[in-house]
Amino acid sequence: MNPTLDANSPAETPSEKTLIQVRGLSKSFGSTVVWNDVNLDVYKGETLAVIGRSGCGKSVLLKHFNALLTPTSGDVLVDGVNIFELDYVGLRQIRQRFGILFQGGALFDSISTYENIAFPLRVFTTLSDAEIRDRVMEALERVSLAHAAERSTAELSGGMRKRVGLARAIILNPEVLMYDEPTSGLDPQTSDEINDLIVALSESLNVTSIVITHDMHSVLKIADRVVFLHDQALHWMGTVEQLKQSNDGPLRDFVRASEYSLA
Amino acid sequence: MRFTLFHEFGLYGTLLYQAMRSSLESTPYRMNLFQEFVKIGYESIPIILLTGVFTGAVMTIQTAYQLGNAFIASSIIGSIVTQSLLIELSAVISSLVLAGKVGARIATELGTMRVSEQIDALESMGLNSVSFLVVPRILAGMLMFPVLYVVAAATGLTGGLLTGVLTDTLPAFEFMKGARMFFFPWDVLFGMIKSIVFGFIITSISCYKGYYATGGAEGVGQSTTQATVLSCMYILVADFVLASLLL
Ligand SMILES: Nc1ncnc2c1ncn2[C@@H]1O[C@H](COP(=O)(O)OP(=O)(O)O)[C@@H](O)[C@H]1O
Ligand SMILES: [Mg+2]
Repeated sequence: MNPTLDANSPAETPSEKTLIQVRGLSKSFGSTVVWNDVNLDVYKGETLAVIGRSGCGKSVLLKHFNALLTPTSGDVLVDGVNIFELDYVGLRQIRQRFGILFQGGALFDSISTYENIAFPLRVFTTLSDAEIRDRVMEALERVSLAHAAERSTAELSGGMRKRVGLARAIILNPEVLMYDEPTSGLDPQTSDEINDLIVALSESLNVTSIVITHDMHSVLKIADRVVFLHDQALHWMGTVEQLKQSNDGPLRDFVRASEYSLA
Repeated sequence: MRFTLFHEFGLYGTLLYQAMRSSLESTPYRMNLFQEFVKIGYESIPIILLTGVFTGAVMTIQTAYQLGNAFIASSIIGSIVTQSLLIELSAVISSLVLAGKVGARIATELGTMRVSEQIDALESMGLNSVSFLVVPRILAGMLMFPVLYVVAAATGLTGGLLTGVLTDTLPAFEFMKGARMFFFPWDVLFGMIKSIVFGFIITSISCYKGYYATGGAEGVGQSTTQATVLSCMYILVADFVLASLLL
C-alpha cells in the first residue's frame, strides 16, 4: 500500500535538505504487525507531525529514528548513514543529535528536577558545576520553569513534567527534537503553551522537529508537513495546506473525529 | 509454553552477555555501583541481623529438643548449630529473605523505569542502559551477599549461644567447645561461595524481569512477583547443585 502523495509533494525536494530517510521500514512484535513498508523523508529545519489513532504505531515509529527499536526489515538513514549498522560509539553520536520528549516526561524519579536536566551534562561533558548550573538554568528558563529547579519530580504537574523533559531533551543542543504526544493529558490552555513552546524552540534553536500527536489543533499550529499512519501503513503524507484540502477518506475521518473544524 | 521458556532463557542470556561485555569505565556507572553497595549491603543489615538471631535461636532450641534426653554431651548442640548455620542456614535463609527485599526492590525499580520510558531516555542520551543499570546491581549483589552471609552467620551463632544460655540448655563455654570441635574453615568458604551464587541469582533475575517489564503498573507488579518467586526457586535449585558438587 503506497502512501497517497498529493501533487507538488515536497518529496521532490533536493536531497541535501534531507536529514532522515526511512526506507521500506516494517515492524512487528512477534506475530503482531505494527506497520509495513514505511517510506519517509524528514527535511532539515522542518516540523513534521505524525498523526494516527492510538495504538497505530506512532511511538514505535519515533523510536526507530534513533534506533531505540530495531525494525523487522528496512533502513533508517541519518545523513545517509544507516543507523542500524552502526557500532555503539557511532550510534551514541547519532543519538546525541536527537533530543526526545517522552510521553510522560520519562523523568528519572530518583533525582531532583535540577539533576534530571544536569544529568546528560554530568555524564557526557567535563563542565564544572558552575557551568552546568548556567546551562541548566538557561534550559529551565526556556521552558519557563526556573522556579521549579529544586523541586522533586514527584511534585510536578503533568504539564511541568513535560516541560522538564523538554529542558532535559535540549540540554545537549540536539539537531532534532522529537516529541511523543506533547499535549496529551493536558488542559487546553497548557496544551497551547506547549504548542507555543514547540514553535519557539524550533525557531530559536533552529532544530528539526518531529511531533507525534492526535491533536489536530496542535498539528495546525506547529506543523509544516504531516504524516498519517493508518491501517498498518503510512497512509498519507503532505503539507498542512494539502491536509486541509485532502479528500482522502480515512484522513478526513480522523480529522473529523478530532472535532476540529478545518474551516 | 516451550517456546516461551526458550525465549525467556534467550533474553536472560542476552542481557547477561551484554552486561559482561560492557565495562564500568565512566563515573556514573561507578556512582551507581557505590549506591548499590549501600542499598544491597548496608541497608540489608537490620533484616539480616534479625534473621540471623532468630535462625540461631531456633536451631539451638530445636537441636536440644531433637537430641532430647539422649546421653550425648550437650556441647554437641553447639557443634550441630554451628555447622548448620555455616553450611546451610546463614546463606540460604538470609538469601530467601533478601530475594524479597533486594530482588523485589530491583525488579520494581527497573520495571518502573522501563514502563515509564526512563530506560529509553537513558539510551536516547547515548548511555548503555545495561552497563548503567544492570552491571552495578549484579556486581554489588555478588560482592555484598558474602559479607551479609558473614554477618548472618555471626549473629546466628551469637543468637544460638545466647538462647542456649538463657534457656539453661547449655552454658556458653560448652556451646563454644562444641562449635570449635567441628569448625572447618571450608564450611565458611562453602557458605560464601553459595552466597555469591545466590547474590548473582537474585540480582540477575530481578534485573532481567525488571528490564524487560511491559504493561504499565500491573506489568511491573507481575515482574516483581515473578522475580522474587523465580529467585527463591533458583536459590533452592542452586543450593542443591552446589551441595552435590562441592560437598
Ligand atoms: N515493546 C512492545 N512489545 C509488544 N508490542 C508493542 C511494544 N511496543 C508497542 N507495541 C504495540 O505496538 C503497537 C503500536 O504502539 P504505539 O507505537 O505505542 O502506538 P501509538 O500510536 O499510540 O503511539 C501497539 O499495538 C502496541 O501494543
Ligand atoms: Mg504513543
